[in-house]
Amino acid sequence: MTLVQFWFIVIALLWTGFFVLEGFDFGVGMLHAGVGRDEAGRRAAVNTIGPLWDGNEVWLVVAAAAMFAAFPDWYATMFSGFYLVLVILLLALIVRGVSFEYRGKSGSPRWRCSWDVLMMAGSLVAPLLIGVALGDLLHGLPIDKAGEYTGNFVTLLQPYALYTGVTLVVLCLLHGATFLALKTTGEMRDRAGRTARRVAPPAALLTAGFAIWTHVTGGKGVLPNPVEVLAILAVLAAAWLVSARREGWAFAATTFAMATAILSMFTELYPRVMVSSTSPAYSLTISNAASGSYALKVMTVVVVIFLPLVLLYQAWTYYVFRQRLSAGDFRPPALLTRQGNGRPPGAGKTGPSGPAARPGPAGPEGPG
Amino acid sequence: MTLDLARWQFALTSINHFFFVPVTIGLAFLTALLQSTWYRSKNPGYLRLTRFFGTLLVINVAVGVVTGLVQEFEFGMNWSAYSRLVGDIFGAPLAMEGLAAFFLESTFLGLWLFGWDRLSRRVHLLCIWLVALGTVLSAAFIMAANSWMQHPVGYVINHKTGKPQLNDIWAVLTNPVFLWGYTHVLLASLVTGAAVMLAVSAWQLRNQARQPAPGGASQPGPPLFARSAQLSLVVLVPAIILAMFVGSELGVIEARYQPMKIAAAEAQWATCQPCSFSLIQIGGGNNDHTPTQILAIPHLLSLLATNSWNGKVVGLSPLQSQYQKQFGPGYYVPNVFIQYWSMRVMAYSAGLMFLLGLWGLWLIRRRSMAGSRWFLTLAVWAVTLPFLMNTAGWLLTESGRQPWIVQGIMLTKNAVSPSVGLASVITSLTVFVAAYLTLAIVDLMLMIRYARKEAEPDPAPGDGADALVTAVRY
Repeated sequence: MTLVQFWFIVIALLWTGFFVLEGFDFGVGMLHAGVGRDEAGRRAAVNTIGPLWDGNEVWLVVAAAAMFAAFPDWYATMFSGFYLVLVILLLALIVRGVSFEYRGKSGSPRWRCSWDVLMMAGSLVAPLLIGVALGDLLHGLPIDKAGEYTGNFVTLLQPYALYTGVTLVVLCLLHGATFLALKTTGEMRDRAGRTARRVAPPAALLTAGFAIWTHVTGGKGVLPNPVEVLAILAVLAAAWLVSARREGWAFAATTFAMATAILSMFTELYPRVMVSSTSPAYSLTISNAASGSYALKVMTVVVVIFLPLVLLYQAWTYYVFRQRLSAGDFRPPALLTRQGNGRPPGAGKTGPSGPAARPGPAGPEGPG
Repeated sequence: MTLDLARWQFALTSINHFFFVPVTIGLAFLTALLQSTWYRSKNPGYLRLTRFFGTLLVINVAVGVVTGLVQEFEFGMNWSAYSRLVGDIFGAPLAMEGLAAFFLESTFLGLWLFGWDRLSRRVHLLCIWLVALGTVLSAAFIMAANSWMQHPVGYVINHKTGKPQLNDIWAVLTNPVFLWGYTHVLLASLVTGAAVMLAVSAWQLRNQARQPAPGGASQPGPPLFARSAQLSLVVLVPAIILAMFVGSELGVIEARYQPMKIAAAEAQWATCQPCSFSLIQIGGGNNDHTPTQILAIPHLLSLLATNSWNGKVVGLSPLQSQYQKQFGPGYYVPNVFIQYWSMRVMAYSAGLMFLLGLWGLWLIRRRSMAGSRWFLTLAVWAVTLPFLMNTAGWLLTESGRQPWIVQGIMLTKNAVSPSVGLASVITSLTVFVAAYLTLAIVDLMLMIRYARKEAEPDPAPGDGADALVTAVRY
């Protein structure tokens, strides 16, 4: 394996990691209001991804930076070509990111409701646009001899690219629903399961169609490649596991489906990184867009040391926050006392393992 | 026009980003110190302070993260010609930053924030220190990348492509501009974090003096926020002395590699030896070579720019003719007005901050800070000084590099994206300015409202398990 091949694989894996991880928190962002229903439930939903989403988003930062470092021409053409798409994407990510942080910082329902809407919009728009961009890479765009994009914003919205975006949004929804079913209890768990069962059939159809269309777009013969076959199998398995209420396995299957869906695009793309529809000779490839071998060697050392380390401590984070949450954990005790229910389960006296109910420094209600 | 707007966009987004970054670096370190003190002393007051300032930190990090994403994308969006030419070198530190620093910072911040009741005290303390390490590492990589633009090292020009290629990563990571510039930025961040902590503490102290809290009066020892005020002052004063020293050393190094930058910062058109430092002037700029000097200190500029009493500083006019011979026709003088005033705003703000710090330390020695209304009021307002200082310092270094984007290798005007039209840049500029203004207002509102709140009360005796609840929840 040459260095440039290695870096193509690294970048494909970084994008895959991004969608597998951030995929479910996009899903939770879209679903939190529906699955959560009341304020306590919404907070429980947001808190299932609270400690995780920021670390997940770094996968996007690193994927982009790795493209910059290993394939500067890919980064330059793609980011200047997708200009307006990226402006909207950044806006969506900004809005979504701060909405987690800010929604609970004021008591007024209108304030929270606005942030809820922004969170849903941001979580929907972000995977849609990234999907469009990735679809465009494979389907091809007008790129001239100098490697510059010559189309406009509308050129980017071609059918395959849009379909990729929609498929990824629906996969994120399914992935988020299986995640919520795995991470919550009680009514929320039921509602998340119901959502997953409802989303699974269309997600399976869309993804199967996506795998086939991706193969056709790649233009490499009739037989789908193994990754695409796996994507179809995984999403069908996910649909079955969801209806069989096997939460853990269902989440594993949606993870696998997401990963194979992203990877099937990259397997069709190779050895190109950005297809030119103007002339195949102008396509950017792993050899004509790459950095020099010294820079790639340096980066290889860095990635070989740090990526396993990152996987290790992120896996540990998921282990630390493995407990399920419930809406009851987030009901202020004062309110319950007024209703005569006493303290909610898990609040206060359950010791270090119990999810405590105090709503943070923003809330004045202490226990008792 | 596209070029100007792209430059405005980068300047505005990076200045905005750099409001949040130094606060994050400084507060992460100070919060880690507070928590360590709590870990050792088990004094619940320090736990309250840790959680109080930790929340301020978290409100900031969210904005720092998303605005950082904009910065990273902007290189490719607006400056694709630049990215194409120097990605081989400039991309590497950015990717390292993500892999080694951002993952660390964001993952362990999540663990710290939500892990109060899930982790042992020791592991939880380790988390905040890893967050602090992450912020410091990320600054290192981005400063290495930036320093390469100021003083390119460790590369060869590829004969086939004409592009610079990395051939010595250690040269990039030991670039003298990087070593001194990075130290300077870290110290400035400490000053910023400490000033924020001081201002918040002062506000709380002043407020308590005005209306003593019913529970607060019975507490033994000094008031809670006197402790954080003390910690911030103990960090602030040495940090600002060192920042000034390192900054002046950085000036000497930049005078060697970017003589235009330093000559412009002193509005020095003719070569001088020895050179006096102008404290203040009226007029001046790229079209006015003879401004009215109000006050000048003999020999000081020689000392600052060359480290010697009688050092020579080459003026802008001779440098301009030298550059024209070297790089061909063109105008190579940066904006003199910006250089001259950003240098002074930075230095004078630092001076004021230093005096305030000394006053505070003296009050602590006399144990009379909580009673000094004047000091407390000034300390609250002084929180604006480090932000002024940081922005001015950033302008000094970046505007002083112009007209180059990479000194001696590429001009800024050749670096913009050829495929991006004026309408696109106007759209993105409008979107980002609107989004950032909204964010800044909301963030400031939340910070101020939160900073004015009481710290959480001490946990009631016997309620030990409850003392370890989550610091912040969404």
